[in-house]
Amino acid sequence: MKNFAHLFTQLDQTTKTLKKVAALVDYFGKVDDRDRLWAMAILSHRRPKRTVKTSLMRQWAAELSNVPLWLFEDSYHVVGDLAETIALVLPPPTQQHIKTLTEWINDVKSLDKKEEEYKREVVVNAWNGLTYNERFVFNKLITGSFRVGVSQKLMMRALAQFEGQEEKTIAHRLMGNWTPDTITYDELIRSENPLDDISRPYPFYLAYALDNTPESLGSPNEWQVERKWDGIRGQVIVRQNNLFVWSRGEELVTDKFPEYHPLADILPDGTVIDGEILPFQNGQPLSFNVLQTRIGRKNVTKKILESAPVILMAYDLLEYEGKDIRTTPLGERRKLLEKIVKENDTKGIVVLSKVLDIEEWGEAAKERANSRQHLSEGLMIKKLNSEYRAGRKRGDWWKWKIDPMTIDAVMIYAQQGSGRRANLYTDYTFAVWDGDALVPFTKAYSGLTDKEFNKITAWIRKNIREKFGPVRSVNPELVFEIAFEGINKSSRHKSGVALRFPRMLRWRTDKKAEEANTLEDLKKMLELYG
Amino acid sequence: MKSSLANQNAHLVVSPKITKPSTARYMKKSTSSDLLQFTPKGIWCEQADIYIDPWKPVKKAMITHGHADHSRFGNDHYLATASAAPVIKYRLGDINIQTVDYGEKTNINGVQFSFHPAGHILGSAQIRVEYKGEVWVASGDYKLEDDGFAEPFELVKCNAFITESTFGLPVYDWRPQAEVFADINAWWRKNSEDGKVTFITGYSLGKAQRILDNLDTSIGKIYTHGAVENINEVIRGQGIKLPDTIRVTKEIPVKDYVGHLILAPPSALNSAWMKKFKPISIGIASGWMTLRGARRRKAVERGFVLSDHVDWKDLNKVITATEAEKIIVTHGYTSIYTKYLREQGIDAYAAETEFTGESIDADDSKEAKDADNKERETPNVKNKK
Repeated sequence: MKNFAHLFTQLDQTTKTLKKVAALVDYFGKVDDRDRLWAMAILSHRRPKRTVKTSLMRQWAAELSNVPLWLFEDSYHVVGDLAETIALVLPPPTQQHIKTLTEWINDVKSLDKKEEEYKREVVVNAWNGLTYNERFVFNKLITGSFRVGVSQKLMMRALAQFEGQEEKTIAHRLMGNWTPDTITYDELIRSENPLDDISRPYPFYLAYALDNTPESLGSPNEWQVERKWDGIRGQVIVRQNNLFVWSRGEELVTDKFPEYHPLADILPDGTVIDGEILPFQNGQPLSFNVLQTRIGRKNVTKKILESAPVILMAYDLLEYEGKDIRTTPLGERRKLLEKIVKENDTKGIVVLSKVLDIEEWGEAAKERANSRQHLSEGLMIKKLNSEYRAGRKRGDWWKWKIDPMTIDAVMIYAQQGSGRRANLYTDYTFAVWDGDALVPFTKAYSGLTDKEFNKITAWIRKNIREKFGPVRSVNPELVFEIAFEGINKSSRHKSGVALRFPRMLRWRTDKKAEEANTLEDLKKMLELYG
Repeated sequence: MKSSLANQNAHLVVSPKITKPSTARYMKKSTSSDLLQFTPKGIWCEQADIYIDPWKPVKKAMITHGHADHSRFGNDHYLATASAAPVIKYRLGDINIQTVDYGEKTNINGVQFSFHPAGHILGSAQIRVEYKGEVWVASGDYKLEDDGFAEPFELVKCNAFITESTFGLPVYDWRPQAEVFADINAWWRKNSEDGKVTFITGYSLGKAQRILDNLDTSIGKIYTHGAVENINEVIRGQGIKLPDTIRVTKEIPVKDYVGHLILAPPSALNSAWMKKFKPISIGIASGWMTLRGARRRKAVERGFVLSDHVDWKDLNKVITATEAEKIIVTHGYTSIYTKYLREQGIDAYAAETEFTGESIDADDSKEAKDADNKERETPNVKNKK
């Protein structure tokens, strides 16, 4: 645990990628296979199951530090991180525990379904024997949300360096459903045959936003242009007569999309298709909002299947006849994809993403401009000779999204952020005018610079009207231009609308609150694009 | 579409329903019977017609210490301790200032005033006010730990105690400064070995000298930002010894800084001035460095938890030890701390002031910013060979 806490401190003390990777490599070399595997799991968001409720931890920490619970809670609002708040308020340790990361994790796991008194004893005893940094890490093991400023990508890079393997090989080996309980380090990283796990997906290739004109890409003949569909990016795998559906968030979602289940029999073994899980009816895509009603539901009912049916909008073929064809050029992969879809009647479950016929970039611009009519988010521009790479890489694949819709709104509530943004008011609620009343319609957290957040925070502190727990109502004066990707009817919101991907485009310091938009304006947008 | 539509609403007038924040419950409404009253100009002693650390210009001001939120321009008469006065004069220019020694008694219209060490920075004072046997203390900013540089805090028993609450939450718990400085010196030594410039920030009056006083000068030379060095000069002029420092100037080639340390105010962080020092390792010394979020937002390599304000345990220690029947809480976590005290059965109130406590971004004065703009302090990049 000392080693892991030290790693954590080191990662926290630098913003430099090289140093972070070096700290990780150093850590990987110092610990045994089991600790290394757990560290990898934690850094790729595979945490042990939560066995202690955070409300109990708050209560115990407040008791031990002789502080009323409300004061502990208020402190937590200031600090913005529960694990940290607990580590800060606890009295100094009275002893020193020496255990490995794996041992601590096993301790935490063993608390599952135990009596509260027993849990308290184990946790308090742990706190008593750990230093500040170790306590913080230990608390994080329980509470989860390990945001350490290390992306999974950096961890993979460090591991590749440590193992002397290629980064993309490591990335592939780390995909899928493993946990340190189901696999050993050797099996996961060093075994000869990483494809033993038939469910294992390929790392998704992600595009960068086009930050130049398409003309800068050269001749359109070298590119494949498609619509960018607004669903959930997914990978459909058929191996040994089994079907697996993965979402981009590396979540196995096979059960959530029964529509795809017949594909296990329809598609040949050894087929992996990259595509979009897209709500679709009568030959037309539906709004993303429709899909949203399905996500997060435990049971996919018949009703949901009828109201929010999905198809797979197929973009690419990654595995053909059991062979990884990611290094085959896109143009050829596309032909194989077309062949598979043609030769196997998927009964409309798989739809080929249409390749647009673009002779000149001007035509692409026109297609992009009518994206909203097709309920698409813009265009994808992919180099015909490109390989299917791992992760977000520049150069071969670009997304050329449409400009967002915007509206000017008044900030009426603010709340402090957490983590890096603790102590800063970064989470705002916005309203538009309905007569002379302000109606809240969205929240937004992103889009401003740290400098702007600092300035606005200072303003908020002086303009607070009321407190509701951590939320502050502020004088309705500041105007922001809110950008969003979609607008839908909502019965859950007072305003009657729900926005997709709302964020702050600019702080309109040139506008007064009275000049913000109205609910009427929002409703017009809803009519046009909802 | 939006701007044209939006304009139609220009006639609408916002009619906000003002509801007072819940903290108003504990708000102190000064009554004329109070020895010290909170007024729009500052903390006022009516009987003597004297203000303590006023934020609006008044005739007679008593100043607890030279930080800009306590010592402001525009008063007719100033009174401060002898060791605080030189800096106050330096910062405010041509002012009419008289000095007192700690413990010295001044009588004005039957009210007895005396200044007592607050341990915050050199010359800082709590001001004791006594009238007809009733004693009030306005403590300004203070800390308990003897930092070896500021005159150590003196406990003054009183009936009413006015306290800051800058770090008035149980998450703030300072380590002894010896441990913090051991960390700072070890960090400097490592940077020096790695061929780096060590860059540390702390506000230019107080924190900077406290750091200076505790640096291990065997590691290397200490360079200073103009804002820090100006204060150093004033303090040296008082006959107080500080380690040798070199003002950063453009005549000094940038490579000369390698292995050594630069002491600068927080406002110099990420300035063009700072970016010329390479390779660099940056640290911040501030009480706010307790919080991981603040450390990460600043994106510096090291955050050293070092403050000239009381932490939670010392704050409570002082409150109890003053034996005051009434506590008035000013700048900081005012409402939270007041609520806590009241739960402990203490007659506590919150009061509005324009004190700011320790800022994480700005220096305590605007001077640091001005100094940044002065060309003469820009290190010379062209001299690089």
